[in-house]
Amino acid sequence: MSTLLTVKDLRVQFPTRTGVVDAVRGVSFTLGRERLGIVGESGSGKSQTGRAIMGLTPPHAKITAETLNFDGIDLLHVSAAERRSLRGNRIAMILQDPKYSLNPVMSIGRQIVETLRTHEKVSKSEARKRALDMLAAVQIRDPERVFDLHPHEVSGGMGQRAMIAMMLVTGPELLIADEPTSALDVTVQLDVLAILDNLVRDRGMGLIFISHDLRLVSSFCDRVIVMYAGRIVEEIAAKDLHNAKHPYTQGLLNCMPKIGADTHPLPVLDRKPEWAA
Amino acid sequence: MTTSPVKALVVDKLEVTFDRFRALRGVSLDVMPGESFGLVGESGSGKSTLLRAVAGLAPTSGGSISVNGKRLDGKRTKAFYREVQMVFQDPYGSLHPRQTVDRLLLEPLAVHGFADIEKRILRALDEVGLGSSFRFRYSHQLSGGQRQRVAIARALILEPSILLLDEPTSALDASVQAEVLNLLEQIRRDRKLTFLMVSHDLAVVTHMCDRLMVMQNGAEVERLSAADLAARKVTQAYTRNLLVASEGFVRPGTPAA
Ligand SMILES: Nc1ncnc2c1ncn2[C@@H]1O[C@H](COP(=O)(O)OP(=O)(O)OP(=O)(O)O)[C@@H](O)[C@H]1O
Ligand SMILES: Nc1ncnc2c1ncn2[C@@H]1O[C@H](COP(=O)(O)OP(=O)(O)OP(=O)(O)O)[C@@H](O)[C@H]1O
Ligand SMILES: [Mg+2]
Ligand SMILES: [Mg+2]
Repeated sequence: MSTLLTVKDLRVQFPTRTGVVDAVRGVSFTLGRERLGIVGESGSGKSQTGRAIMGLTPPHAKITAETLNFDGIDLLHVSAAERRSLRGNRIAMILQDPKYSLNPVMSIGRQIVETLRTHEKVSKSEARKRALDMLAAVQIRDPERVFDLHPHEVSGGMGQRAMIAMMLVTGPELLIADEPTSALDVTVQLDVLAILDNLVRDRGMGLIFISHDLRLVSSFCDRVIVMYAGRIVEEIAAKDLHNAKHPYTQGLLNCMPKIGADTHPLPVLDRKPEWAA
Repeated sequence: MTTSPVKALVVDKLEVTFDRFRALRGVSLDVMPGESFGLVGESGSGKSTLLRAVAGLAPTSGGSISVNGKRLDGKRTKAFYREVQMVFQDPYGSLHPRQTVDRLLLEPLAVHGFADIEKRILRALDEVGLGSSFRFRYSHQLSGGQRQRVAIARALILEPSILLLDEPTSALDASVQAEVLNLLEQIRRDRKLTFLMVSHDLAVVTHMCDRLMVMQNGAEVERLSAADLAARKVTQAYTRNLLVASEGFVRPGTPAA
């Protein structure tokens, strides 16, 4: 399988009033035209890893890496303009807080249309039609109504799907999806995953799928990376997730509530300092 | 004959309309004091709107809402927000990004004239598993899950009797989710709290709630006990679909595992 993305020893640091925060501490992985899951502790650096690849790290942060390469392009040393053009065209990211990332003063439909039109030469009416089709594809009821709504007028899951529609309408080669389905009910969630799945299978898109939902990751992804305190602590085939070796990963599986199991209180993790070493 | 206790929350034939769109179409439910009631259902079906309507943040156009036996009308008072607090679905929207965690927790205490502010802030942070090193961070310097925990701490700090929880743990990894769910259960028991809780995760809802309502398109699909849902004793096809979808992704062309 051809490699689309190579990340080697990625580090992201934030200076703050109370000292330096090491958000990402030496993360390495490669991605082909496949579905790579990233799971891990809240605050372990999943989003910051995605943002670094996208070039969306806050400017005051410090990024270093031995390699950060997308399809032969050295992402650490490209011009800001080239970075922007990659971001608009070949690499896309579904951000974790979509309603916050969407433009609050522009209707959902117009945002999708404008994204499409900066990417492709299409007429206004054609762009409108494609945007409506995309909204319908992500299972939005009544796309015509939602097209004209502003972000604060849609539900959590509708905002998430609007963001997905906007990122997919341009057909990226690499998609970083940060908790893309956390606000969706389980049936819509599966429909959205089926769309992403088709893009990987039919168009050879590379997908980084960041999620807290272990059940979803193990059934949807090919490989899974487990992060803890800014590092990768385990990499495992998704279907073998239930046989994970690292105590953090095993612990994660145990503390999920299960339908019908009546465990009160839920087991919690006994975090060991050496996990963060 | 024993008189039945006053219900903590009664929603009766509630209607919410935005422009011409009916977001809630005559939804009714009631929650006993100390009970935990769940809302699940289709994205966009009106779950957040229902919680927001109770909190006085959505325009009702019919029906009624009563809290502890008192019918609510018009603007909610300061005393109401002592009793009823909401954890919003979207922690970015509810926490001002340019405020420190300290300010965010201090503000409600100041508004409601609490003493022992220092002690309460430290306890609130501790309860949601955020060390005191987070106290002077700005909310935009937090991860998604850290921000959600601040939002929960902020709602709990006033010691309300009713908590409206909109997807309180969907931004949290399984380990932190377990801690937050345990915390919520423990506080509910200790302080006799009443919960109205939205979640897409049927396992979370059956774990946390006694009864629940399934919603679709602004209306009730069915109301059932968590035990019946867990035992798959459901009457509606939509609820059954939710149960099937809860099992995970099945790639077309591959036999289900
Ligand atoms: N601007 C910032 N300044 C200081 N620290 C930051 C900043 N942004 C993020 N961090 C810290 O970096 C760490 C990693 O954050 P990140 O958002 O990548 O976590 P995450 O794994 O995505 O967590 P979650 O699952 O909760 O979304 C966190 O501890 C967070 O507090
Ligand atoms: N201010 C508003 N203006 C117009 N329509 C609105 C407004 N607020 C909500 N709606 C509409 O009401 C419907 C219900 O939204 P709500 O947020 O209650 O859904 P939800 O069940 O919480 O969904 P999710 O699970 O995706 O969060 C949606 O179709 C939404 O577009
Ligand atoms: Mg994150
Ligand atoms: Mg909602």
